Amino acid sequence: MMNKRSGKSTVIFENPPVILSGASIVGKKEGEGPLKDLFDLIEEDAMLGMNTWEEAESTFQKKAAEKALEKACLAKKDIQYIFSGDLLGQLIATSFGLMDLEIPLVGIYGACSTMGEALALGSMVLDGGFADNILALTSSHFASAEKQFRFPLDYGNQRPLSASWTITGSGGLILGKGDQKSKNKPVVTSATIGKIVDLGIKDSMNMGACMAPAACDTIYQNLVDLGRQPEDYDKIITGDLGYVGQEILIKLLKDKGYDITSQHTDCGIEIFDRETQDTHSGGSGCGCSAVTLAAYILPKLSSGAWKRVLFVPTGALLSTVSFNEGQSVPGIAHGVVLESRKQL
Amino acid sequence: MEKNKEQKMKEKQYNEYVEQVTPKHNGALNFIKAFVCGGAICLIGQFLLNMYLHYGHPKEVASAYMTLTLIFISIVLTGFNLVTPITRFAGAGYLVPITGFANSVAACAIEFKKEGQIFGIGCKIFTIAGPVILYGIVSSAFFGAIYYILLQIGGIIR
Repeated sequence: MMNKRSGKSTVIFENPPVILSGASIVGKKEGEGPLKDLFDLIEEDAMLGMNTWEEAESTFQKKAAEKALEKACLAKKDIQYIFSGDLLGQLIATSFGLMDLEIPLVGIYGACSTMGEALALGSMVLDGGFADNILALTSSHFASAEKQFRFPLDYGNQRPLSASWTITGSGGLILGKGDQKSKNKPVVTSATIGKIVDLGIKDSMNMGACMAPAACDTIYQNLVDLGRQPEDYDKIITGDLGYVGQEILIKLLKDKGYDITSQHTDCGIEIFDRETQDTHSGGSGCGCSAVTLAAYILPKLSSGAWKRVLFVPTGALLSTVSFNEGQSVPGIAHGVVLESRKQL
Repeated sequence: MEKNKEQKMKEKQYNEYVEQVTPKHNGALNFIKAFVCGGAICLIGQFLLNMYLHYGHPKEVASAYMTLTLIFISIVLTGFNLVTPITRFAGAGYLVPITGFANSVAACAIEFKKEGQIFGIGCKIFTIAGPVILYGIVSSAFFGAIYYILLQIGGIIR
């Protein structure tokens, strides 16, 4: 058996899991952004006919899961595990959203880095031979996140320019062993699990600055572990660093000897138009990287426009309790390498 | 958690760097907007006061009616989710007068209604306004005591 590990924290998949489908369901504001034509479904009603924000977020997850199954032409029984998480306390959006699917569930928490965590874990399980197909899923909801982390929705306050806007939506990917039919679909070739990095930022309204050091560490580790240069990737795409975090990340990596200026973009930057949508630093939330991956990145890989992408969702590991008790906001980021198999 | 010197140094440098690259609202412009909007709200208040006086209410009653009217307007605006766009522009100009206080209470009541009458509205209605009420009362007691002492001293001297 080949050694599946490379360097300090990267794994290389012997049988790269195939991305069979990706589904993205978003709210109205996201549906008015630059990616509006790419999403599978845009929900006009942020409540989705439910009574509470939390129930609405759960419904987003359920709908994304069903859409991903439909697009992969698979039934519930074909999925052995779901890896899913969200931002709400005790993962209630996940547990109440996915209960009806009756698929074995691994609930995970990595704040907004959850999609990276889900993809990495799911790929390991697939490559280990423990499943034929898995579903990686996350969600976030502007209103439920504001309620939990900041203020009630109708409370009038001014947002700092460094603040990001939690996106409303859910994205899910089905990964599997694949067969002859899926031979042109993109694959997950390796993953770099990130470690917690804390440079002592205490401003929870500047998430980009809190998470940029973690993103820097994971990208650096990925390049070192695999002996690659930034040019070996068509794109290096972080989760929700936003404009402030992007500037910091590029500078931090330059200090370490890697210039990713021409490869880097950020899901939080892609999803909103900051001039017209008043979103300041950009989009954020577990759903931000998930829906951008499903709607924007995957099609680029499927068409062969991009050959190899390093996808690095970023999370800020705080709670209102840790924040009020004066703790800093540590960051974490997980890197997943996605490659196109399309023969041009 | 004990942090070593090197880590502390790194954190200090990084915090300073982040401070530099983080965009800030234009303070002077915000002051002007808040001044104009706050002034406008006070003008409405004065108009209401004059109106109630005009209809023959005594000064104290007219003043209470004026306050109640402003609170009522702010709560209705909160219900229609119109305060958020106003404060985005007006900032403290809306939040400092009684309108901001009314908004903070109504917004919590709306948001936490889903969690029930007791544990939702009952426990959480003053989540934002609570600190203002608590420390407002504590400080008024404190300054009242100072006022009382000064009055006594003044009495003795005279």
